[in-house]
Amino acid sequence: MISLENVSKWYGQFQVLKNCSTSVAKGEVVVVCGPSGSGKSTLIKTVNGLEPVQKGKIVIGETEITSKATDLARVRSKVGMVFQHFELFPHLSILKNLTLAQIKVLGRSEEEACEKALSLLERVGLLAHADKYPAKLSGGQQQRVAIARALCMDPIVMLFDEPTSALDPEMVNEVLDVMVELAYEGMTMMVVTHEMGFARKVANRVIFMDAGEIIEDTSKEQFFTNPQSDRAKDFLAKIIH
Amino acid sequence: MATSWNWGIFLQPTPFGDTTYLGWIWLGFEMTILLALSSGILAFLVGSFFGVLRTLPNRFLAFIGTCYVELFRNVPLIIHLFFWVYAMPMLVPESVRDWLYNDLDPMFFTFLMATIGLGLFTGARICEQVRTAIISIPAGQKNAAIALGLTLRQSYLYIILPNAYRRVLPPLTSEMLNMVKNSAVASTIGYIDLTKQASQLLEHAGRPYESFIAITIGYVIINIAIMLIMQFIEKRVRLPGTIGGKA
Repeated sequence: MISLENVSKWYGQFQVLKNCSTSVAKGEVVVVCGPSGSGKSTLIKTVNGLEPVQKGKIVIGETEITSKATDLARVRSKVGMVFQHFELFPHLSILKNLTLAQIKVLGRSEEEACEKALSLLERVGLLAHADKYPAKLSGGQQQRVAIARALCMDPIVMLFDEPTSALDPEMVNEVLDVMVELAYEGMTMMVVTHEMGFARKVANRVIFMDAGEIIEDTSKEQFFTNPQSDRAKDFLAKIIH
Repeated sequence: MATSWNWGIFLQPTPFGDTTYLGWIWLGFEMTILLALSSGILAFLVGSFFGVLRTLPNRFLAFIGTCYVELFRNVPLIIHLFFWVYAMPMLVPESVRDWLYNDLDPMFFTFLMATIGLGLFTGARICEQVRTAIISIPAGQKNAAIALGLTLRQSYLYIILPNAYRRVLPPLTSEMLNMVKNSAVASTIGYIDLTKQASQLLEHAGRPYESFIAITIGYVIINIAIMLIMQFIEKRVRLPGTIGGKA
């Protein structure tokens, strides 16, 4: 579904991604972890072209997104993305947040878009909040709305960039529950997170990054029970209490 | 102060007999409002256009915006007005010059040049306000819009600009108030605004205090009206859940 081949990226002189290669199969859940500044957020943003890369090849489905000829907007409409800071649109009601792209990008009718939006709001347990504005919702609620907004587009894959890092601890689970449910339904997911509980529960594979490199790319069992590199061992020792 | 007030002066006919001195002030009042409206609209449109241009990823377009701002912001307003009235007609083809000088009503010509001069000058300042409002919107908002498949144009139209314009309203209000006061400079190119009428009154009736107090009141009325309108707009577009927004 997703493949990255020798992806490298520089900010000026500084190389943030060094020859990263990996792939995500259909229905697979891949967790990307690593210390802060390791390039994991940058990596996930290269997948839908939010961060352009200078070298390497990225393919989603059949489409090479690193090719100049690709209509990126079209690809992105099929790739759901959830951000650390939710990024709901503050001037639009929750319902409008969910219908805008359906109408403007997918060309759905207002009625169709509303129906889809309401069914997804119900699914994340926020149907009662459809007419409120984002600032009126808690962080956890906002992030669930953000997930619903991405799902409205019928994505073929979902990208999560630290979806629970900006949340108060008591709200982390309500968001993770939605993500776990998605994973069980067979959604292809690439998730940057520090939530090792989530990784243990639903990940098929774990990618560990440090200093812009993919250090380990293995099954979850292998990663948690028998990490190969010292850096991964060190990282796990620090975050698992 | 040893001045003896003579407020009755406003009801006396002018030396030309066409109207009273109050009529002169009223005409200036109307002309100032007219100029404020026309140059305000021009400034807003031009400022918005170049303000957006300066934030685009295309460096060439952004550079054009920068050139406009630096050129129009760093030269005194009076020079701008003199340029449009005296220098610009010399730089255009003769047929255009002929049209400007002979076919256009001279009053309209002055109005047009005052609008262009004041509008472009104020537009450069509004451009900067629009630009800073846009870059104050977190990058994540644009990323979220783009990630949903919206094009850059759609992201600006539906997401970035509606939020940026909410932020631009307070500085825009000050800028519009400034512009009304700056419009007094148009009297130097013969535009018959409040300031011009004050000096007319001074010349013909010799009542400096009364005439300048009268036009002061005129400017204050215009600016209070602008403030009230802008406050109304600000209240209307304020978002629920923000400070001062409805619960």
